[in-house]
Amino acid sequence: MPRTLFDKIWDAHIVRPQTAETPAVLYIDLHLIHEVTSPQAFTELRQRGLKVRRPDRTLATMDHSTPTTPRGPDGIIPVVDAQAAAQLRQLEQNCADFGIPLFALGSEYQGIVHVIGPELGLTQPGMTIVCGDSHTSTHGAFGALAFGIGTSEVAHVLATQCLLQNRPKTMEVRVDGRLGRGVTAKDIILAIIARYGVGAGTGHVFEYTGEAIRALSMEERMTICNMSIEGGARAGMIAPDDTTFQYIAGRPFAPKGKAWDEAVAYWRTLPTDEGAVYDRTITLDASELKPMITYGTNPGMGMPIDGRIPTPEELPDPAARQALDKALRYMDLRPGQPLLGHKIDVVFLGSCTNSRISDLRLAASILKGRKVADGVRMMVVPGSQQVKKQAEAEGLDKIFRDAGAEWREAGCSACLGMNDDKVPPGKYAVSTSNRNFEGRQGPGARTFLASPLTAVASAIEGVVADPRRYVG
Amino acid sequence: MQPISVITGRIVALPVQDIDTDQIIPARYLKVTDKSGLAEGLFYAWRFDAAGKPNPDFVLNRPEAQGATILVAGRNFGCGSSREHAPWALQGYGFKAVISPYFADIFRNNALKNGLLTVQVDEETYQQLVRHFEEDPTAEVTIDLAAQTVTLPDGRQTRFPIDPFTKHCLLHGVDQLGFLLNEEAAIAAYEASHPARVVTTARS
Repeated sequence: MPRTLFDKIWDAHIVRPQTAETPAVLYIDLHLIHEVTSPQAFTELRQRGLKVRRPDRTLATMDHSTPTTPRGPDGIIPVVDAQAAAQLRQLEQNCADFGIPLFALGSEYQGIVHVIGPELGLTQPGMTIVCGDSHTSTHGAFGALAFGIGTSEVAHVLATQCLLQNRPKTMEVRVDGRLGRGVTAKDIILAIIARYGVGAGTGHVFEYTGEAIRALSMEERMTICNMSIEGGARAGMIAPDDTTFQYIAGRPFAPKGKAWDEAVAYWRTLPTDEGAVYDRTITLDASELKPMITYGTNPGMGMPIDGRIPTPEELPDPAARQALDKALRYMDLRPGQPLLGHKIDVVFLGSCTNSRISDLRLAASILKGRKVADGVRMMVVPGSQQVKKQAEAEGLDKIFRDAGAEWREAGCSACLGMNDDKVPPGKYAVSTSNRNFEGRQGPGARTFLASPLTAVASAIEGVVADPRRYVG
Repeated sequence: MQPISVITGRIVALPVQDIDTDQIIPARYLKVTDKSGLAEGLFYAWRFDAAGKPNPDFVLNRPEAQGATILVAGRNFGCGSSREHAPWALQGYGFKAVISPYFADIFRNNALKNGLLTVQVDEETYQQLVRHFEEDPTAEVTIDLAAQTVTLPDGRQTRFPIDPFTKHCLLHGVDQLGFLLNEEAAIAAYEASHPARVVTTARS
């Protein structure tokens, strides 16, 4: 029987099949952990006298509560927040006690957990990958089944390398056509969520297919899969192909020699078979897309950059009208209003959605020789120490600094308002991150989600700007 | 975990759709290494004003909402971040169950692992519950896990879905980690018969 990419990975990881009374026991190949969602799981292990079953399939880093302030003369990144410092020390202690490899703050491979997995070559096709973080869906770009879990499940995986899971449904998200000038992967995923809503993927795993997806680079595919959770899907996947294999080849943890050949031969068997059936299919035509921007307080409240905010009459039901009203009051915006030309205060280029080297190169290509507008604070936060090092080798840091932007250390930064990087109350930010929830970037912060191109164009003009005039 | 069978209590309605876990508890409350004190951060931005004073208009701060143990909220409750601090905060505040037209997948998993019941009802039942709360905030609702029923204040009864394993665990206080640990032989057999996809995460 023809199977989907999801079916093949699911089937290959069944330790105990699902029955009418019990969920499947699913084997997990790679478990990524960080300081925020793991401490209580280690407490659970200690209380029960348990070991970490496979520390050799577990990797830790520090990213969420970490500062991104530039290093002192001693080369150390200072952690001023005492609570964050205690949390980071706890992770260090847990990793030492249980034998888990850790890339600690400021070390060579430290960075956002969803940036370093792929960068190290640990993220590979056909794997099951989990992390106590909803953006674990990012790793699905490699044709892996990757999803976020809570802390109870982090303890389950630490202790048993397995999870109890009921089989989710599958949804094909087919993106046909070719992207126009100045329109990027970020605009594809924002358009999908705007059209189908933030709950569309609930209970499903997305598989992105179609001409537009195949044409994307690995880093662009990661941007798409990253925001699957914003469409309600715990996981998003893209079939592996030569683009995938080329990206993995030669990375520190990639298979080598004969093992590489065997791995690629296996990976080539993973794409969805001809005739395999998805539970549901939704579509989008990439050739019709414009750069996207959000106006509201969830990622589904998005529109083309030159569009107007909807009016209540245009919405389908009372709950949606009420949600729009609540969002616009928070954002201090009006129904029917355009966003082009709206004054902004902060631009954030970073996060697990858009902080990889290609994002920084694209942003720098426009910013080169230009300036960030007066009154705008632009933060550029590379996703990892390796991205930072590469960008500096290419002189991108100088382009950002010369333009008046801040060049910072690696981390989640202003995406989530739990470290020192925040958008002040009432201020407007164009952000390349993934969530525009109330208070997400700091209490009272107002977020417009957009692509790195739109973010940089807006930084230059000091207002929400259409990036297409900067792209040749 | 304590077994759960029947929950009877007052409801409080928060008729907003797509309530994300950043609203349930903002990230700045996540810099802890235990589960205590999280109720302080519950719905923080809605419960308190910029100066940290309780917002009298927010439903949880109203006198008639005090002592409610069942939260009724709009569809797609718990979307966004996977933080388990969200159900911990709701439980810490005193909630035993949440009723909604549907829940985000990760939140539902996290809640049920902690014995916070997620009760999915149709849109009409949800609307009725909101009206019941508005008309008489002292009215009680009963959730019977074994029968999978919700009894509204007017006596109307409706069924809700829950997967049989989770139901069994909640009814009998079965510890899911303990259940998984009992699978050790099967896990070891799986590892022995499958090539390692991750050879090691340790740097050579």
